[in-house]
Amino acid sequence: MPKLPGGAEPGPKRALAFAVTLATTLSLGLIVALCPRPAAAGGLDVAHFTLGNGLEVVVIPDHRTPVVTHMVWYKVGAADETPGKSGLAHFLEHLMFKGTNKNPLGRFSQTVSTLGGHENAFTTSDYTAYYQRTPRDRLRTLMEFEADRMTGLVLTDEVVRPELQVVLEEQNMRVANNPGARLGEQMESTLYLNHPYGRPVIGWRHEIEKLDRQGALDFYRRFYTPNNAVLVVAGDVTADEVKTLAEATYGQVARVVEVAPRLRPTEPTQEAARTVTLADPRVTQPSLRRIYLAPAARTAAPGESEALDVLAGILGSGENSRLYRTLVVDQDIAVNAGAGYDGTALDYAPFRLSATPKPGITLPQIEAAMDAVLADVIEKGVTAEELERCKNRLIADAVYAQDNQTTLARWFGAALMTGLSVEDVQAWPDSVRAVTAEQVQAAARRYLDKRRSVTGYLIKDTARPEGKHT
Amino acid sequence: MTINAFASRRQRGYAVAAAFLAAALLTAAASPAHATQIERVISAGGIEAWVVHEPSPLIAVEFAFDGGAAQDPTDKIGLANLAASLWDEGAGDIDAKAFHARLESKSIGLSFSAGRDHVRGSLRTLTVNRDEAFDYLRLALTAPRFDPDAVERERSQLVSRLERTSTSPNDIASRTWWQAAFPGHPYGRPVAGTPDSIARIRIDDLKAFTGRVLARGKLTVAIVGDITPAEVGALLDRTFGALPAEPTLTPVADVLMQGLGRRIVVPLEVPQAVVTFGTRGIARSDPDFMAAYIVNHVLGSGTSSSRLYHEVRETRGLAYGIYDSLTWLDHTAFLIGGTATRSAVTGEAIGIIEREMSRLAEAGPTEQEVADAKSYLVGSYALGLDTSAKIAGQLVQIQLDHLGIDYIDRRAGLIEAVTLADTRRVAKRLLDAGLLVTVVGQPQGVTSSE
Repeated sequence: MPKLPGGAEPGPKRALAFAVTLATTLSLGLIVALCPRPAAAGGLDVAHFTLGNGLEVVVIPDHRTPVVTHMVWYKVGAADETPGKSGLAHFLEHLMFKGTNKNPLGRFSQTVSTLGGHENAFTTSDYTAYYQRTPRDRLRTLMEFEADRMTGLVLTDEVVRPELQVVLEEQNMRVANNPGARLGEQMESTLYLNHPYGRPVIGWRHEIEKLDRQGALDFYRRFYTPNNAVLVVAGDVTADEVKTLAEATYGQVARVVEVAPRLRPTEPTQEAARTVTLADPRVTQPSLRRIYLAPAARTAAPGESEALDVLAGILGSGENSRLYRTLVVDQDIAVNAGAGYDGTALDYAPFRLSATPKPGITLPQIEAAMDAVLADVIEKGVTAEELERCKNRLIADAVYAQDNQTTLARWFGAALMTGLSVEDVQAWPDSVRAVTAEQVQAAARRYLDKRRSVTGYLIKDTARPEGKHT
Repeated sequence: MTINAFASRRQRGYAVAAAFLAAALLTAAASPAHATQIERVISAGGIEAWVVHEPSPLIAVEFAFDGGAAQDPTDKIGLANLAASLWDEGAGDIDAKAFHARLESKSIGLSFSAGRDHVRGSLRTLTVNRDEAFDYLRLALTAPRFDPDAVERERSQLVSRLERTSTSPNDIASRTWWQAAFPGHPYGRPVAGTPDSIARIRIDDLKAFTGRVLARGKLTVAIVGDITPAEVGALLDRTFGALPAEPTLTPVADVLMQGLGRRIVVPLEVPQAVVTFGTRGIARSDPDFMAAYIVNHVLGSGTSSSRLYHEVRETRGLAYGIYDSLTWLDHTAFLIGGTATRSAVTGEAIGIIEREMSRLAEAGPTEQEVADAKSYLVGSYALGLDTSAKIAGQLVQIQLDHLGIDYIDRRAGLIEAVTLADTRRVAKRLLDAGLLVTVVGQPQGVTSSE
């Protein structure tokens, strides 16, 4: 999934409540957990159909527990915002909890809570989604509420103004208070020379401050319509019953607008390696990151995105990865090193590297060691043993993830939001299985090109007063 | 954020966090679906496990040994945490590199962590690799290598993380709170230790801790997956049978949370002040626990129906998140919560938290609030039991809390039996004692009380 870094993950509510105290420590784990690649599940009996008003529906039966996960996804994210109004998609996500004429403020959330359910929402560059998990027999109620707010949102300044303050506090928590997140924003905005992915999902603070009720409503009316949405239901349900319920609820919502194709500005040939440095007095541990411009699953050549998945695994996932073994174990110059890639995006998906040097080792030293590892893969490729181990792990991870119905629902939803199909998701394990060592090397050669990259240094600012407490 | 490679590693040592989540799950949710399927298996060698047999391509195992960071010597805090981080860094005649390669090639997930009262472990494997996976677990527990290069690698990763979090407002607020709440008691010390204390830990210390804590007599196990009780019995003996019968544990004193009414402000140059607050809680075994759980749900469960959420976030926009939860350890219990606000309104937010607690202590929750809380707490239990690993984790916690193998069946009845009068009585008892508050940042409207 793109852009979780600066981003605006779950909107209100419970999961995030924990993040208040745990933000910096658990955020990595949380994001990994919430944000798997579109793996899964050839064996799943997934139904996919479209209602008369254009709403697509995906049903993923999972009868192990009497629980249902109900999600509505809209094909709108931060990359669809008008320049100058960054943060609007995410702000609207917050405002979607403010009620309709039929169901005034608080009634939906209170009902979910009384049912013993959980609810949340999240926004990325490419999509916005709302979901609830409840006992299975309450699905119709959820659908009635969610269908109602698809086009029925009512906003007053009285509720909008405090919510803007909430979003500004969210920006403080996720970004302003966190030097690493601030560097991440600067790197992403430097990576994209032309594409709006350079805009933080949560928005630039000076633009968030100017968002208002009318702007949110205008945005809502442009994008929130059944023909721009996908309903995903996972859990103890059948396709037939979901279809009946969906037609009785969502099926009654009229189309608001026709939605234009999502054609965004594309990147020119990138010709210059870039480096950005963020210095903050609170940095005690310098670290290095790099992001390369790489294609998303939708825009990559066949097999290329899967080859990048495998490349990221071999380079930087786990203690047998090239980067960890070389920098941390063999050379003993880093405390951590890793790599990652997730092709679930509409246009581009950064390939990421990171390393934290041991005390006494400089960032240029660690960078040179990292570059040598990359050069070796580009030049000599990967071994058959590495390839096999990595592919086995990726496929097994997909099996493990089927243990969680919400994860499954997120895979399919995110895939459909980013131009992939149900069949693409189901074929993913086979596509990974088919990746060859030659494809991995070719992907490395093509995309690990420094001219397509931004390197970020996070360093201590020694010019300013010591930020550390005494 | 950036890189997914070492997420599980970085979470190690945040056993506090794990304990919170476990507590929240435990009390947050009710699936009769699984209740009837829990079997108690006692192996020929006398090792007990709770088992849920379900057709699934994977097996999830969760376990805990009594004896966690509270056992750390005063000059070597962080010992339990460092030891746990090393159990999967090579075992038997397999060095760390080969051990990880074997786990990875079979997609076996094996991890250990230390909390204040326990060390915990978790194993997940595809069913087809079951026996091999349990073999690696056995080796890790009975023959960890503690090779010098692996020890130094883990040590430097830990120190690196401690350095990084030493300027994180969230970590400072939490650490300061624990120190002030439990001065002079092992619970007041950071589970992960300090750079200085970790530097003092020797390989002999790690071996000694492992030998004294990993014992089959204080082991709690739960297994969920495609495995029969007969198979479980044999696996338990093979995996844990070679461990010593009983651990050698230093007694830990019961303790009451201290610092009620105290304010501690730690200056840090950040735009948003981070607040941790708490007061004395209620033991898990207390007959009023469920009433307290309902009261706390009304106060600050973090859901949109809670009073703190409504007053601090929704009405005034002072914070993005605000929550609190009841927490219990083997020797104490408390209520702890957190929020984060821009500097200008930090004092106001703390005032609202105190006012809402007093209001709830005075008048108690309303009848509607109690009914809604009960409905939520009963209905949401199933949501915490929807994956194999979550079910196994829950079954370990139920055992550690001595709630009985029928607890999942009884839980809804226990909640329903709480009366409005119970909640009013317990609200008074729970919320009237004043708060220990730590704030990190540049807050206005609050100063340290000394």
